[in-house]
Amino acid sequence: MAFWKRPSFQKRWDGLRRGWYKFSKNPVSVVGLFFVLLVSFLAAFAPYVAPYPQHAGRFVNFSEASQPPSLKHPFGTDVFGRDILSRVFFGFRYSLMMGVVVLALVVPPGVVLGLLAGYYRGTWIDTVIMRVTDVFLAVPPLILALAVCSVLTPSVFNAMMAVSLMWWPWYTRLVYGLASSIRNEFFVQAAEVAGASRSHILFREILPNCVSSIFTKMSLDMGWVILIGSSLSFVGLGAQPPTPDLGTMVADGAKYLPDQWWIAIFPALAIMITVLGFNLIGDGLRDLFALEEV
Amino acid sequence: MKILRFVAKRLFMSIFVLVGLSILIFLISRVLPGDPVRMALGPRAPEWAVQNMREQMHLDKPLYVQYYYWLSGALHGDLGQSLFTRRPVMDDIKEFLPATMELALFAGLIMAIFGILLGAIAGRYSNTWIDNSVRIFSYVGVVTPSFVFAILFLLLFGYLLRWFPTAGRLSPGITRPPAITGMVTLDSLITGNWAALGDALWHMVLPAVSLALGGMAQEARITRSTISDNLRKDYIGAARGFGVPERLVMLKYLLKPSLIPTVSILGLDFASLLANAFLVELIFNWPGFSRYGINAMLRKDLNAVSAVVMVLGIVFVIVNILVDLVVAGLDPRIRLGAERSK
Repeated sequence: MAFWKRPSFQKRWDGLRRGWYKFSKNPVSVVGLFFVLLVSFLAAFAPYVAPYPQHAGRFVNFSEASQPPSLKHPFGTDVFGRDILSRVFFGFRYSLMMGVVVLALVVPPGVVLGLLAGYYRGTWIDTVIMRVTDVFLAVPPLILALAVCSVLTPSVFNAMMAVSLMWWPWYTRLVYGLASSIRNEFFVQAAEVAGASRSHILFREILPNCVSSIFTKMSLDMGWVILIGSSLSFVGLGAQPPTPDLGTMVADGAKYLPDQWWIAIFPALAIMITVLGFNLIGDGLRDLFALEEV
Repeated sequence: MKILRFVAKRLFMSIFVLVGLSILIFLISRVLPGDPVRMALGPRAPEWAVQNMREQMHLDKPLYVQYYYWLSGALHGDLGQSLFTRRPVMDDIKEFLPATMELALFAGLIMAIFGILLGAIAGRYSNTWIDNSVRIFSYVGVVTPSFVFAILFLLLFGYLLRWFPTAGRLSPGITRPPAITGMVTLDSLITGNWAALGDALWHMVLPAVSLALGGMAQEARITRSTISDNLRKDYIGAARGFGVPERLVMLKYLLKPSLIPTVSILGLDFASLLANAFLVELIFNWPGFSRYGINAMLRKDLNAVSAVVMVLGIVFVIVNILVDLVVAGLDPRIRLGAERSK
């Protein structure tokens, strides 16, 4: 392609370094990055860093049941005698998996639909895509996800599918807004006049100008998806009990409040730390790219 | 008249959204795997009984016929029978919706008032300790699931300090005022039953605050950033230079235009508030619509689930129209733009 030259490796590397420099000047985003890296590390190496990896699933030891936090069990143990710290580490796995899988399933179709609707603004393509989007946005995603989960057998996988089914319209709407204004820029018109193909215009001219917004939204959404996933598990429509999911653990622990407070409180704090990390990064990116619409 | 036309146009557009939503929820409830009749009758029910009920619910007919039956029923106010309570879903909703509306409105008020207040103060005194505390508060508010707030408040203020009741809408000794609107606070206000009013409000504090905090944090963040941006704009300097009293500058020239982004997302925040009510009502045992909805979902009560989602869709259409009206009232650009296009 004559009008699009791949930037050299050096150029990309410099851009990345400049971006990191700006990002790292904001201490809050660095804290966020630290939380996310910490949680990802603990999740990835849970079997090795957890003090009692065998406590993740079905495990019973009633002689150590319901112990308050101590040196042996820093977060205490639950009613089956399982170490809560170990279960929280494994719980991070399900939270992160939820976020990554949902976003991986949701972003590509959402973005492509948004690009199409934005580029063909005012035609029937725009009308069809955006009206369908409106329908999905008419009710909060949590409620539709709950409704979908309610007809399926509750499991982590089905919860992911349910949230994915409800989440793509947010990307479609975001990209639609961006694409419908970018499509009138001179460089797009120049590419049209030069006879560039539709896919070139959509993916090489318009999409690169949306990427910063999409990434920022993805970072914030990691937090929201994890929140929604834990809400689904909390009511019992997501992960099922022996699974060490943070939402399920909070729900289980809530039965033993206020006496055995540690069973519910530590998993709840774990959810908050994870969501906080992604939110802080998202805010940092938003400031970095000086975005308003995300 | 302009306002009426605006509302009529929005209502007309909303009809399409609601029809679309009805198709979506219908597809969710009928196409996804799972046998609602088996669920309702239990695994040991004889095959003929299951078959009978299927015929009764038109589940044996093609999808579009099922949809026709469902929609024509819904338009006549008949949303089918709950598979679990065996009562018309409409009656269940009539019974439970006011409790949730009452809670959501109360929480919405707390969210809007305190969110805007905190954000305005933080924006006015940006980069001071006040601003920093509000910022920390809003991070905590945004990242904490409302069910966690609910559990924490229940534990702290309900069980440990015993300041607030832990469940229900009224204390056992208080007689419930006659149901006029179904909202206990309004009913007791109308009948002048001050004891019941106080008690009902007392019961609402914990669930409402747990619902409000998330949205409140969002509102505070947005208000803070618009206020501190607008504060640096030339027109504020000009107003001050002309000697306009500071109070007037703050309230009329700064606050009013700064509220536009905040109010625009109020609708979204109210939506997520109602979604979170599904969990919070469960925790506080609030006998509301959301608790009914979540129980219906847990029991695979198809008709009830579809009805609950549809009712929420209608509520959001109304909320969004209200939000648009308030934004139009605040923002002359939208008002005048709408005028020019006609």
